[in-house]
Amino acid sequence: MSASAPGRPGVARPRRPTEDPAWLRWALCLLAVVLLGMFLLLPLVAVFAEALRRGVGPAVAALGDPDALAAVRLTLLVAAIAVPVNLVGGVAAAWAIAKFDFPGKRVLTVLIELPFSVSPVISGLVYVLVFGAQGWLGPWLEERGVQVVFALPGLVLATIFVTFPFVARTLIPLMQDQGRTEEEAAATLGANGWQMFRHVTLPNIRWALLSGVLLCNARAMGEFGAVSVVSGHVRGETNTMPLHVEILYNEYQFVAAFAVAGLLALLALVTLAAKAVLERAE
Amino acid sequence: MSHPLARRALPGLSLALAAPGSARPAAAQASGPLLNVSYDPTREFYRAYNAAFVEHWRGKSREAVRVNTSHGGSGRQARAVIDGLAADVVTLALAYDIDEIAARGLIGRDWQKRLPENSAPYTSTILFLVRKGNPKAIRDWGDLVKPGVGVVTPNPKTSGGARWNYLAAWAWARRQAGGDAGAAEFLGRLLRNVPVLDTGARGSTTSFVQRAQGDVLLAWENEAHLAFAEFGEGGFEIVVPSLSILAEPPVAVVDRNVERRGTRAVAEAYLQHLYSAEAQALAARHHYRPRDRAALAAARATFPDLPLVTVDAEFGGWAEAQRAHFADGGSFDRLYQPGR
Repeated sequence: MSASAPGRPGVARPRRPTEDPAWLRWALCLLAVVLLGMFLLLPLVAVFAEALRRGVGPAVAALGDPDALAAVRLTLLVAAIAVPVNLVGGVAAAWAIAKFDFPGKRVLTVLIELPFSVSPVISGLVYVLVFGAQGWLGPWLEERGVQVVFALPGLVLATIFVTFPFVARTLIPLMQDQGRTEEEAAATLGANGWQMFRHVTLPNIRWALLSGVLLCNARAMGEFGAVSVVSGHVRGETNTMPLHVEILYNEYQFVAAFAVAGLLALLALVTLAAKAVLERAE
Repeated sequence: MSHPLARRALPGLSLALAAPGSARPAAAQASGPLLNVSYDPTREFYRAYNAAFVEHWRGKSREAVRVNTSHGGSGRQARAVIDGLAADVVTLALAYDIDEIAARGLIGRDWQKRLPENSAPYTSTILFLVRKGNPKAIRDWGDLVKPGVGVVTPNPKTSGGARWNYLAAWAWARRQAGGDAGAAEFLGRLLRNVPVLDTGARGSTTSFVQRAQGDVLLAWENEAHLAFAEFGEGGFEIVVPSLSILAEPPVAVVDRNVERRGTRAVAEAYLQHLYSAEAQALAARHHYRPRDRAALAAARATFPDLPLVTVDAEFGGWAEAQRAHFADGGSFDRLYQPGR
């Protein structure tokens, strides 16, 4: 800004082609801030404001309700199963796609993205159609006394399906960028597959992997559509936190609903904060 | 981490996760919790009834039973039970939804004869809830089709309450117009005044009350009273139309599930106890019309007297009503055109 053209006093400095006029820059910044505030910050603030509308006491009491506690436990349990499964599955898929050539590689890449493009309700419904009492495997499972849909296994399956792409999707571009040369070097030095993975690949991808796992976890805890279809909505048994929020809201227990929603938001925020801290450390 | 669901579904896993300090007392709990799959507006009533029944059962059998509930649109809940939701008892909005479960072999076909009063321990009817002062002057069914009146009612495909609403409107219009053709024309106009169809009665109530949609809510009598009580007398008024329908929400034990889980005795007791004086008074307190004469007399003031048609006399029973109006290609499909 300071370098006005010498020798031509009084004449406005011609705008550089890479620079927009000041009003435009300000307007765009303002627009971004307002949109961000309205669509991200305000709803978040509203959740906590509603939860604390009658003070901290009622909000804390709502979280101590046995059904709410059961929902929290169930949500954490589902995430604790789904996230490790997706960690292993995602790494395996990304490793296969980025480091090897094989027939059907394209198909696999498309399949990994499938859960992103399918509506979560459909994701839940397919499990009802396969494992439900009227489904393909339903009678076979019933004879053996195994309940999948409307029970923990169904919730876990639906969550795994919906959150599968997160780990693989964060890893694939990075691993493709890094190429195969380091692995090939390791192989020529006599490393076996596990040693190669453990000492070469894993150190290269660990930050991306962590970030993928954290995103996967945030979504696993917050998923509503797919788990709503396979849950059965039994209080204290098959209600995850997002489902419990809906129930409380529909029972006019607004403070309780927003208290649980606030806790859910906090869990997500902690996850995202952990991600940000880890990215800094990198 | 005592998760009963995990215990039932994945014994090995829950053992691995079991931590000391499990909250629930391990009293003689024979068969795990009882599951009552119910429809939308019964949440408050069954919460109160479950507590009463647990006490009753403890006194009777020295067993501690726990009762879980699941609520949603009646049709959707029936579908979930058909798809394998392990309900011990179903307490739904109308007989047709239980018939659907029975048709899949989960419940004996004679279920409606097993308990008194067509297996409907309480009844209800359909009333209107309007905003304070009744600004659109809605007094009867005919006022619902006036231009500019927004009518909130759930989707009859998924909600039991919505089907009662629809049939009550049909019965009124048939008397006015003198035939089914006139009734169909009336329902077509009424549906054009419906801005959105929620999947269950409770969703419609929140749309009307919380999100300020529409001018009139077609509601279960108990749902109207509940909204009235929850949101203070300031905001709403209940309007009693000149004619409505006798809604008989029935209950049944799900034979296949209680056989498998060994819960028949407690499940049957759970439904029979609904007819006790204690439960009937409780039903009246939650604005369900009790069958018990004494309980009804005691609560007479809260239940307005109005002529009520029945599905059997007016529509030839639920199977026929379902076929004519709510099945694919029925009158609802012909008359409802969203976005017009």
